[in-house]
Amino acid sequence: MNSHRPFDCVAVAPQPLSRRQALQTASAGFGWLAVSSLLAAEKSAAKPNRDPLVPKPTHFAARAKRVIFLCMQGAPSHVDTFDYKPKLNADAGKPGGKGNLVGSPYPFQQHGQSGLWISDLFPNLAKHADDLCLLRSMTTDIPNHPQGFTMLHTGSTNFVRPSLGSWVLYGLGKESDDLPGFISLTPPLGNAGVFGSAFLPAIYQGQRIGALKETEEALGSDAVNDIRNPKLTPERQRRQLDLVQAMNRDLLVATGGDSEVEGIIQSYEQAFVMQSSVPKVMDVSKEPQAMLDLYGVGGKRTDSFARQCLLARRFAEAGVRFIEITHGGWDHHSDLKARLGKGCSEIDQPIAGLLTDLKQRDLLKDTLIVWGGEFGRTPDGKGGDGRNHNAKGFAMWMSGGGVKGGMSHGATDDYGRVAVQQPMHIHDLHATILAILGLDHERLTYEYAGRPFRLTNVSGIVAKDILA
Amino acid sequence: MMRQLSASGLMICLVVVCAVGSDASAADVPAKERFTQEQLNFFEKSIRPVLASKCYNCHSARAAKLQGGLQLDTRSGVMRGGDSGPAVVPGKPDDSLLIRAIRYTDQDTQMPPSKAGGKLPDDVIADFEKWVRMGAPGPVGVAPKTSAELNKKRAEQYWAFQLPKKTKPPTVNDSAWPRSDIDRFVLAAMEEQKLHPVRDAEPRALLRRVYFDLIGMPPSIEELNDFLAECGKGPQERQAAYTAIVDRLLQSPQFGERWGRHWLDVARFAESTGKESNNLFPTAWRYRDYVIKSFNDNKPYDQFVREQIAGDLLDGRDAAQHNERLTATGFLALGTKNIVEKDRLIFRMDVIDEQIDTVSRAVLGLTVACARCHDHKYDPITMRDYYALAGIFRSTETMYGTEGRKNKGTNASSLMPLADESKPLPAPTKAVAAKPAEVSAKPPKKKGKKKRKKDDGVQAASNAAPTTKELAHAVMGARDAKVVDCPIYLKGDTDDPGDKVPRGLIAVLTKAKTPTMPTTDSGRLQLAQWLAAKDNPLTARVMVNRVWQHLLGEGLVRTADNFGATGEPPTHPELLDDLSVRFMDGGWSVKKLVREIVLSRSYSLSTSSDAANAEVDPGNRLLWRANPRRLDAEAIRDAMLTASGLIDLKPPSSSMVAAVGNGLASKYSHKFTNAQPRTRSVYLPVVRDFVPTSLEVFDFAEPSFVVASRGVTNVPSQALYLMNNPFVIEQSQALARRIASVPNLSDLDRIALAYQHTLGRLPTEAERIRIDAFLRAELGTAPRNSKRSSASTEDAFALICQSLFASAEFRYLMAPPNDQSPGQQ
Repeated sequence: MNSHRPFDCVAVAPQPLSRRQALQTASAGFGWLAVSSLLAAEKSAAKPNRDPLVPKPTHFAARAKRVIFLCMQGAPSHVDTFDYKPKLNADAGKPGGKGNLVGSPYPFQQHGQSGLWISDLFPNLAKHADDLCLLRSMTTDIPNHPQGFTMLHTGSTNFVRPSLGSWVLYGLGKESDDLPGFISLTPPLGNAGVFGSAFLPAIYQGQRIGALKETEEALGSDAVNDIRNPKLTPERQRRQLDLVQAMNRDLLVATGGDSEVEGIIQSYEQAFVMQSSVPKVMDVSKEPQAMLDLYGVGGKRTDSFARQCLLARRFAEAGVRFIEITHGGWDHHSDLKARLGKGCSEIDQPIAGLLTDLKQRDLLKDTLIVWGGEFGRTPDGKGGDGRNHNAKGFAMWMSGGGVKGGMSHGATDDYGRVAVQQPMHIHDLHATILAILGLDHERLTYEYAGRPFRLTNVSGIVAKDILA
Repeated sequence: MMRQLSASGLMICLVVVCAVGSDASAADVPAKERFTQEQLNFFEKSIRPVLASKCYNCHSARAAKLQGGLQLDTRSGVMRGGDSGPAVVPGKPDDSLLIRAIRYTDQDTQMPPSKAGGKLPDDVIADFEKWVRMGAPGPVGVAPKTSAELNKKRAEQYWAFQLPKKTKPPTVNDSAWPRSDIDRFVLAAMEEQKLHPVRDAEPRALLRRVYFDLIGMPPSIEELNDFLAECGKGPQERQAAYTAIVDRLLQSPQFGERWGRHWLDVARFAESTGKESNNLFPTAWRYRDYVIKSFNDNKPYDQFVREQIAGDLLDGRDAAQHNERLTATGFLALGTKNIVEKDRLIFRMDVIDEQIDTVSRAVLGLTVACARCHDHKYDPITMRDYYALAGIFRSTETMYGTEGRKNKGTNASSLMPLADESKPLPAPTKAVAAKPAEVSAKPPKKKGKKKRKKDDGVQAASNAAPTTKELAHAVMGARDAKVVDCPIYLKGDTDDPGDKVPRGLIAVLTKAKTPTMPTTDSGRLQLAQWLAAKDNPLTARVMVNRVWQHLLGEGLVRTADNFGATGEPPTHPELLDDLSVRFMDGGWSVKKLVREIVLSRSYSLSTSSDAANAEVDPGNRLLWRANPRRLDAEAIRDAMLTASGLIDLKPPSSSMVAAVGNGLASKYSHKFTNAQPRTRSVYLPVVRDFVPTSLEVFDFAEPSFVVASRGVTNVPSQALYLMNNPFVIEQSQALARRIASVPNLSDLDRIALAYQHTLGRLPTEAERIRIDAFLRAELGTAPRNSKRSSASTEDAFALICQSLFASAEFRYLMAPPNDQSPGQQ
């Protein structure tokens, strides 16, 4: 926002013009000129712009334009993945917490120029060490899955609040007219907090595609509601749509260019484009084999998440603002070694492939990748092969757009139990993500029930040292 | 968008200031401090917005902590100044600390600070200098914030906290125009701004409007033609016919389905808990039906409110009324619940918070729940008020079910058993399902110092699920529990209890007489009686405003669930008051109120625009025309079902959710989102997170919140729905069949019939030609067709019907092309 007279209400008015221009382009050939003179006489102040998805100016310069959130449901262990704790291994078996300390079953190595410590569970991802920014001092409020998961997504454990993706879309608007601005692939069912817009207008809610634990069919090109007509060929439907639009344009003329009617005309053109663009983006069949192999599509363990990662890249490339993909099953109270090994082997290659692919397409520079779960795990656990919930210290990582690579931010204590240096609460994470996108979390507010609401409530500190 | 945000933020500040500043009377002001309107305008336009956006955060009544003792939101605050002395010396910019600070000339004091955006632009500084030279004009006579007491005093004079007064309708210049007192108020406000109402709506448009507004469905072709025939006879016949139709619609059972749904928005009605586990509420539909029946019975609104807050404490005349009143308390039980919350006390306080929020916003139009963690920032509502109310709800047991193995979570409760209506009234009831009589809440996990005491309102989960039969005789609701006062939880944290607050009501609204709370009951009955009393300044106003909003498109107070300082003041305060007083005096009759409004001339205006009016009042705040309105989700769907002829007007005996029974909503997600029974839309399942697509795409009220007015968006998902959804296609095909079944019609006749069924009018010549061309093109390309087969004609007509459903005109109440020639079949 320009600091010069930001309070001047008159400055709000011009938006409909750009929308009209957009419409002019979109509906060229539909008799636009016939009504344009009428529109010129329209009283633009009479109606607010009801296309709330037009791209909006950021508060300050953005480092990234979009986000891919790799959400690990179940809370993966940090001390076995991205938070190297040699003392934990040295003291394994000694009493600590509610049980005995459990050493990590997998060794760590240093990687890249930066020498970041990464577990051997991520042989492919480790090659990108110099592009990773490890956040090793994460904290959250409540170490229960539902509350933690909701907190991670909405900044609140107990209230229905808009999700991070909805806030981002609300703050930035859409980058692409052809696709939804916020897509959540395979979210866990029944928890709308993950993609819901709560009191933000419904238009900001995430487009849910597929559901966690459903088969790859759920990610097929029919996964979006009503995306294709069961009977008509595109040609016939276009003819029908032309009829609808002819009626709508009559009404537009009759009402002297009513902005609502104008909005409807535009929504049909967008929908018609989406009918072909969404399935097209979701159809990975034309990707070359080498590309599929890069992600691990077809791999025994990697296939499912590889498809999600590949789709995430395709959506990012096509201009979707916020893409969330989910991988479940990280709640390793027992059987840690085997299950953690399996989980990591399912995501390592796909994520590495995603980073490689984004980089080679020059998209990594303005795409922010965020990896993590709702909290972390304790250094102790029952039976020496499991870990409990830990909200006081855990790890996430970022990569790409505007974030320093090859660094780690903050630290937990010697055992990884509590964040002791530069603790970064979920509110701080949210504030930082918004800052990377050019949004000031204190200014991104929405009026509801008589007061302004924020994603970060009354908290949130931007981790400035990780910004490149 | 960000600009809009800052603009709205600014509006809040203005409203706050206006709210506290409006009581200043000019008589108290010394002559030298009276300013011209132009000077005040300059302040409002060029100075106050800057103060509001740059200074008020630290220097106003709303500042969390007043900085430097300086308060800039009142003129006296400016004059008095802060710790360093007066901020402004009128007429002398160079001597004014404020000017020096914004010039950034002093090293010590440079304002605004960088975090507020740093130094102001030069032209803004020049405005401030000009302002000081003028003598620093601004609204005067208001003392700055010195104490909470003072604030309260000021608040007591806030418009919405005064009892509404009956006002004599104003005289108007154009005395021929008004039809009723409403019209006199509306026209007088217009005349003051030299506005003129536009012409009356065409009969066709008016009839559609009043049908959709009163029953949520379009008139049939016959009803429309009959009305047009009467209109043709003359203005008196027109008005008589219109009045008769209004009276008939008010008596129609569809009235309650339409108006009940409006209340269900406010009551955040839903059939599941929402949140993480999202357990179903298989008996919630009884509350839905209760609401619909209440509106159909024209139950006095005060009684309607009392029943929902304390129906269990009101004596029923017989078992049926007893059951009805128990069902009404479902209002308190329907909110979102985090059933899996492990800390029982947190769960309990969250439920109470939800109840306070819903009751206060739905009935009073106030946001009391802000005061859970701190005194309200804008309204005179304190934490004491909040926890006084919380005590009432803490002495209440909320009964919402969610028991049994198919459910999840630790916070299940039982349901209220309904009485056998074939028998005389039974003795006081006990809960359905085994309820362990004495169960302690789990001790807190955190800190673990002191064990949390048993709280009678907190109940342990029972594994014994009620059987289907029991569910059929039970209902969600509330009943009294052990009477306790609630401590203030500092910052809302249940680990940090403070002093207990005696149960009570909102202090600022009970200045006349504060009812004492009984020691034997929760106090819910007293709360209910106070809410629905004539000396409650808000209850009638808020409801009158809701009714007005649903009929005129915007409320007289445009922030319909916020009558507090951050809401908007009424556009027609005297009209709002007058209607409210008469609403109460006339027995709180919603139907009477609806009738009076729809019979007014103000309601009957055309939606056509007028350049001169729009110049002065672009937002139509003065009601110089009818607001063009989009049909809501239910009306769009019901109108399609009506046109297709497939609609089933018989109310279902329960709900799809009742048929499923207890369990987790996610197991049936597709069943709910794709639900398309042919009943009216109000009977579709409303499961949180799984609202039917047909409703969701058209901005259905989010069922987790009190929704006073729904959004209106125009988005591609609506277009996809209308173009591709099987339900829409089914209705199109059924309408095509319906049209084809009329014998001896030409294609052109059929086109005309399709228009009448969908848009309630005949096509223009140009439209006939266009549709006919489409028909020819379709028939030319229809598969394996050289000769016209009836099947392909019907297919083509189905596409035409679908196009009409999809048209903007179908979903908007606004002037169609060639509105002047309604014509008859």
